Amino acid sequence: MTTDSVYQLRCRECGKTWGNVPRSFCEDCFSPLEVAYDYDALKKIVRRDNLSSRTFNMWRYSELLPLSEDFVAPTATGGTPLVASRKLAAQWGLKNLYLKNDAVCFPSLSFKDRVVGTALAAARRFGFETVGCSSTGNLANAVAAQAAQQGFDACVFIPGDLEPAKVLNTAVYGARIVRINGNYDHVNRLCAQIADRFQWGLVNVNLRPYYSEGSKTHGYEIAEQLGWKLPDNVVVPMAGGSLITKIAKAFKELVTLGWVEDRPVKFFGAQATGCSPISDGVKRNLARFEPQKPNTIARSLAIGNPADGPFAMKLIRESGGWAEDVSDPEIVDAIKLVAETEGIFTETAGGVTAGVAKKLIAQNRIKPEETTVVCITGNGLKTTDAIAAEFPATEAIAPRLEAFEAYLDAQLGATAAGAKA
Amino acid sequence: MPVTIEIPTAFRRFTDGAPKVDCSAATVAEALDALTKQFPELSRHVRDESGQIRQFLNIYLNEEDIRFLGGEACSLREGDRVLLVPSIAGG
Repeated sequence: MTTDSVYQLRCRECGKTWGNVPRSFCEDCFSPLEVAYDYDALKKIVRRDNLSSRTFNMWRYSELLPLSEDFVAPTATGGTPLVASRKLAAQWGLKNLYLKNDAVCFPSLSFKDRVVGTALAAARRFGFETVGCSSTGNLANAVAAQAAQQGFDACVFIPGDLEPAKVLNTAVYGARIVRINGNYDHVNRLCAQIADRFQWGLVNVNLRPYYSEGSKTHGYEIAEQLGWKLPDNVVVPMAGGSLITKIAKAFKELVTLGWVEDRPVKFFGAQATGCSPISDGVKRNLARFEPQKPNTIARSLAIGNPADGPFAMKLIRESGGWAEDVSDPEIVDAIKLVAETEGIFTETAGGVTAGVAKKLIAQNRIKPEETTVVCITGNGLKTTDAIAAEFPATEAIAPRLEAFEAYLDAQLGATAAGAKA
Repeated sequence: MPVTIEIPTAFRRFTDGAPKVDCSAATVAEALDALTKQFPELSRHVRDESGQIRQFLNIYLNEEDIRFLGGEACSLREGDRVLLVPSIAGG
């Protein structure tokens, strides 16, 4: 198990180190902090072979996460399938397409369970009794579920117009929910002020460096499930822009540790056109992204002022990848496509990612022979409102064979006549 | 125009511990100038070498990010609150 001597917070801009404290920004230059590791020390603590006897979930990579020595894994989070696509791959003309399916991540059915896993480990270590977050929905679900199991009080802050299913999926665990009149960026700004005033462990504010490390496990799993190999391309949804940078960090760490061979990986970022500050910044080659007022059905990605936007843009450019965005109708079409071809029901964010992947293939930025991983990060059962209009309720028929035959006639016309004969 | 600038805890070591600073300014830019004139050590944390507002510093006029209000040139009304957030998190 890792110890404090192996990792600590470091400023992403000026490089100053701060030990381990509940803080998200450098007090010298006020830029974001992240967890930095002593990889030489890590090489002596853990080898890839050590993992073979461990259960397949995110805690099998414990040494590569900022956990205390007495940490005990609370839930079997992560360890989600990497689905080798056949039908979708054929439709898109790809030979090696995989879907990393965090729609079935436990306990709350999104990749946010991973980040909350490492955030609550930090909350316990720093002695917080109340935990919370600013959330577009999935994070609130994950905080509420894991706080309930681990005995924290939870208080979550959400935009007032969030999807009913996401609010219910938080409320059921007994969390206090504070709805804010405003969009996510208003909620987030308020949470910055709350973290400044109250001694609470806000997972994506003052615990954010520890929280975001959990995202790395999505990347470790992809590499391990590919047989300890890195893919050529990854397509990742972007809200705050953290996940894409943490998958890159995960891959880089595996190379540093000698667990995978180094190879160039292109990072592709996906956003909804109605909230696309990062993809807009990449496409227009801006030095700084321009914040936006979100207007999209992909509420889980509706962050107009993304905290990691600058880092995501840099990564995408340097890796030779690209960023794209898709409209609301394209999101709905992509949700249906993934469901009909792979049997995976993803939420609107997954529709964004799949829709963008399709676009990138059409642009020839992703090529048929390459190994491409599309990251599905949330479950469609939480955003049924977004696609309900696509499937209007049908008339019920009488429980009689004649009624069914009449139904078939109406539905299929002449074809039904053939079926009867 | 009398306005109030709200100072986050992390910046208060440069403002002699003051959580709020009152000043008179017609625009957000003027308010920032008044603030950094009064507390010169804060200057380098507000603007970068090229004079631009630092990339990770977020500035709000009342409830709104000033980037939606035309940037630091946006005008102030009596009693407005200018809020500094050193590094937005979330996501």
